[in-house]
Amino acid sequence: MTSLLRDRILPVLTVIAAILVIWHVFVIYLNAPFVRDQAARAGTTVTLSEIIPQTFNQERPILPAPHQIIAELWDTTVAKPVTSKRSLVYHAWITLSATLMGFGMGTVLGIALAVGIVHNRAMDKSLMPWVIASQTIPILAVAPMIIVVLNSIGISGLLPKALISTYLSFFPVVVGMVKGLRSPDTLLIDLMHTYNASNSQTFWKLRWPAAMPYLFTSLKVAIAISLVGAIVGELPTGAVAGLGARLLSGSYYGQTIQIWAALFMAAGLAAVLVSIVGAAHGLVLKRMGVKP
Amino acid sequence: MNSPASVVSARDLGLTFETGDGPVHALTGVNLDIKKGDFVSFIGPSGCGKTTFLRVIADLEKHTSGSIEINGMTPENARLARAYGYVFQAAALYPWRTIEKNIALPLEIMGYSADEQKKRIAAMLDLVNLAGFGKKYPWQLSGGMQQRASIARALAFDADLLLMDEPFGALDEIVRDHLNEQLLKLWDKTNKTICFVTHSIPEAVYLSTRIVVMSPRPGRVTDVIESTLPRDRPLEIRDTPEFLEIAHRVREGLKAGHSYEE
Repeated sequence: MTSLLRDRILPVLTVIAAILVIWHVFVIYLNAPFVRDQAARAGTTVTLSEIIPQTFNQERPILPAPHQIIAELWDTTVAKPVTSKRSLVYHAWITLSATLMGFGMGTVLGIALAVGIVHNRAMDKSLMPWVIASQTIPILAVAPMIIVVLNSIGISGLLPKALISTYLSFFPVVVGMVKGLRSPDTLLIDLMHTYNASNSQTFWKLRWPAAMPYLFTSLKVAIAISLVGAIVGELPTGAVAGLGARLLSGSYYGQTIQIWAALFMAAGLAAVLVSIVGAAHGLVLKRMGVKP
Repeated sequence: MNSPASVVSARDLGLTFETGDGPVHALTGVNLDIKKGDFVSFIGPSGCGKTTFLRVIADLEKHTSGSIEINGMTPENARLARAYGYVFQAAALYPWRTIEKNIALPLEIMGYSADEQKKRIAAMLDLVNLAGFGKKYPWQLSGGMQQRASIARALAFDADLLLMDEPFGALDEIVRDHLNEQLLKLWDKTNKTICFVTHSIPEAVYLSTRIVVMSPRPGRVTDVIESTLPRDRPLEIRDTPEFLEIAHRVREGLKAGHSYEE
């Protein structure tokens, strides 16, 4: 118990404390000019000890203080009904559903492409360069076009955003699974050959299980960028709901506290999603008898 | 042209690899008949083609000249008929399968019923003295035990021919002695034909009814020595003059093929 405290909790708390100290210093530094301007306009002078408390309680600060963000988070999650358009839970759910849909489609697409690439030489030669090239295109530039094009053929709502998530998340899955499906030792492949095993037997009994650790490592990356994809999909399109829409409207109206609250929500969501995939990873490997 | 009891029959067999540096003659002019129930060892330095010959039998490499028949069939047909079990230098167990699941692997692929699988797994675990270890994962077993599990896997289906490619090469001498003794007992019990690749002279002499001495550049057979040792061989037989005499002949054979040069 004491070792858990010493090895895990203490280092994390130390870093958090350091971040909070630096944060507060910047809150004062960045928000003080506004307080001084106000005072100058009113024709009064303010001392430093008068400035500091005011930098922590502005309505539209350059950098909100942590307690303001926490208060905003509390107000928009716990204090509001989840059906309200002002509830952050409502917006997070919109983004989460696009994320999960895109992640699911990206995973299936990625695995399918990897299986094709591993089993077919022509696909290996022709497809892999395109897969890599697809990721060099800035998604921020492509996202509006995807949404506009799909909208013009009558597809709108969840699917276009999910497709942007798919576009980002299939890539780590393809790369990881190609490596994973090719990971079995030649000896193990030869062994299957001596048994006169069919291709599908070799796949299900050897390649697939051998690829599992690679798959889950890829999935951890894929779920995180699926979330990024869903948020990016909401940004340039004038979406009215979702974390991306909250970020956008926050920046339109100078609601920095709202922006930061949405950012914290997104970060928290990403952490939860990655740890769920991580837990599944551990569970699968344990069931596969991997040395602890 | 072959007597029906011939399990492996090679006539003027050759295999040449085409490489960037020109052709490499891995095997040339190999003539060999292996009879049913034989325990044949292939001995020679690296590059003499002993492993290649085993891989040709197993249809893991294709020969480029001459002919070879396994049970009167081409190597490919013999493989399709699942005529042999192969034991590699490494145990090559699947790390995500327990020992009994590893033994079940060929049985699953060959479509044995669940009952039959169960029966055979139990019999094989007994045969290689691993009863009680069926539920363990490979990493929980020592190297020698892993190699025994790999032998059990190769014996689990009804192949009469067992091909072993330096199966004990990575193990220490004490474990190796023990496994050699067990392998002889197993051979006696099952009456399989065994082809065994090794680079240890005592191992070859102790195990074999025939010893095939091979030489590199080009890979070829230089001598075939019939063992005069009785079938029942305790470990102590290795101190008898008869044993030392055969070992001496193997060494002479290796010397004649210039195997000790370089």
